[in-house]
Amino acid sequence: MKDFKGEVLFLDRSDINTDEIIPARYLTEITREALKPHLLEDLHLEEFDPPTDIPGKRVVITRSNFGCGSSREHAPWALEVNGIHLVIAESFARIFRQNMFNCGMLAIELSAVIIDGLFGRFAGRQAVVEVDFDNSRLTVRSGDEEETVPFTISDFDRSLVEAGGWVEFADAHY
Amino acid sequence: MGKTIAEKIFDAHLVDRPTPDRYVLRLDAVFCHEITTPMAINDLVARGKDRVFDASRIKAVIDHVTPAKDGKTATQGLILRQWARRHGIRDFFDIGRNGVCHALFPEKGFVRPGYTIIMGDSHTCTHGAFGAFAAGVGTTDLEVGILKGVCAFRFPATMRIEVTGTLQPGVFAKDVILSIIGRIGVNGATDRVIEFHGPLIAAMSMEERMTLCNMAIEAGATCGICPPDRVTVDYLWPFIQEEFDSPEAALQSYARYAPDADAYYEQTIEHDVSGLAPQVTFGYRPDNVKPVSEMAGTPIDQVYIGSCTNGRIEDLRIAARVLRGHTIDPAVRGIVSPATPQIFAQALREGIIDIFMAAGFCVTNPTCGACLGMSNGVLAEGEVCAATTNRNFSGRMGKGGMVHLMSPATAAASAIAGKIVNSKLYESS
Ligand code: SF4
Repeated sequence: MKDFKGEVLFLDRSDINTDEIIPARYLTEITREALKPHLLEDLHLEEFDPPTDIPGKRVVITRSNFGCGSSREHAPWALEVNGIHLVIAESFARIFRQNMFNCGMLAIELSAVIIDGLFGRFAGRQAVVEVDFDNSRLTVRSGDEEETVPFTISDFDRSLVEAGGWVEFADAHY
Repeated sequence: MGKTIAEKIFDAHLVDRPTPDRYVLRLDAVFCHEITTPMAINDLVARGKDRVFDASRIKAVIDHVTPAKDGKTATQGLILRQWARRHGIRDFFDIGRNGVCHALFPEKGFVRPGYTIIMGDSHTCTHGAFGAFAAGVGTTDLEVGILKGVCAFRFPATMRIEVTGTLQPGVFAKDVILSIIGRIGVNGATDRVIEFHGPLIAAMSMEERMTLCNMAIEAGATCGICPPDRVTVDYLWPFIQEEFDSPEAALQSYARYAPDADAYYEQTIEHDVSGLAPQVTFGYRPDNVKPVSEMAGTPIDQVYIGSCTNGRIEDLRIAARVLRGHTIDPAVRGIVSPATPQIFAQALREGIIDIFMAAGFCVTNPTCGACLGMSNGVLAEGEVCAATTNRNFSGRMGKGGMVHLMSPATAAASAIAGKIVNSKLYESS
């Protein structure tokens, strides 16, 4: 199983699409590693500069409908090669969310109220997330402030994370 | 409780329910192109599982960048080509016979009502026009599909959209779907299937239904589905005449995928298109939609007519009706990409290509090309394109470029004017 902990990158916008996560001009790459420098290259957010803000981050916290648009699995791959295995959002686009779990990564949905609260308390600060996968809880921490919230993922997605991805799961079952 | 179209297709294809929320379905077809498939192929090779579940059910095409523009795209084509050869995939379309996947595969008769189809491409929802459940997936789902012929889905919760009213002249399927996306939003149908119903859908050609279903994903939908009917059967007849004694028999057989009268829909909306004006997008989201009249005068640098949304023969005919006898504004670059060789040949026969060329358009071979900013019409920073495609995301046709989505009629008229305008086909009442 992958590790799901580390420093948070806050992306304060809804509907961040896969073209913004990894632009189509890099779809000619045939290794995942080649995607690394281009993560979120076309995302224009105030006070967000990919080359300085991405290194060292392990978790993304964002708003609703993250990963909408193209089906490209290059989007989760670009996150993965940058060491980001966990995205927490109010909601995800279907294909992106499935791609995350298919790669053995975690896409956690929390209510708008909780996401709002996390942005309010922790955005703009150095915050870390830790996931207690077995007990379906995650903790966000910054300095001596911390917040623990429960989450639910479907049993199926849970088994994909445990198996390491859909290829491994399908191999064992079909 | 009755069932929707997608629920009936799920019932007929269910292999397993590993958990209560997931349905593993048997796939009738797996479609592949050279952008998302090579990584799946490489991974299968690396795992020592370089096999395919059924070569006859896999269809592959090189369409996104063709002819190859550089070493990297040539390598992507090579990986797909060699894979198709070594596994005996007969329906592999390489240069000279290739076209945009979602236009080419229906034209070859690869889609049937009731089919389950996946492809590593979000606009796979196009094939729902035939009453199929067709979903875009990522490379890992594609990889498992290629290897095992299965894919896992959530319950196909369905939204029913009843399209009513009649379209004014100069208003098209593209305007209808843009208005629907503008209404329900880019997240309006996430994780749901959209079933399109109503007299307007029944009166639409298969080409128009494909335009409609093509953009279901822009509202987040897994698939857009039109109920199979006589129009579907007539389109498919050349491919199914061995299977059925008569079109009526085919119709009767496909009727098993019609939704039950008491089917449960998570949401039903009525969408009245009487009085709908031609639509255009602004900004970087496909739900940023307004009437063309409100955007009239917006200067443009390029016009692109093509793609899986509007690169079919009907689209080219409509654009040609607008262009005939005109030349495009000298400051505008016009590019037209007939979506498949068959469409290209038909357009040649009908004199449509002549009209485009006389107007000053560049005619390219069938390819996705400019639609996703990979070749054949990439924008420079700050440039604006009037396009018949389906996605206006920031950077979609080139970093720093802006894309306005519209119908072929509006795009052709805008090419002549050098700015966004309504076509002469539209007379507002
Ligand atoms: S034409 Fe555009 S939207 Fe359609 S498959 Fe090609 S790249 Fe995708």
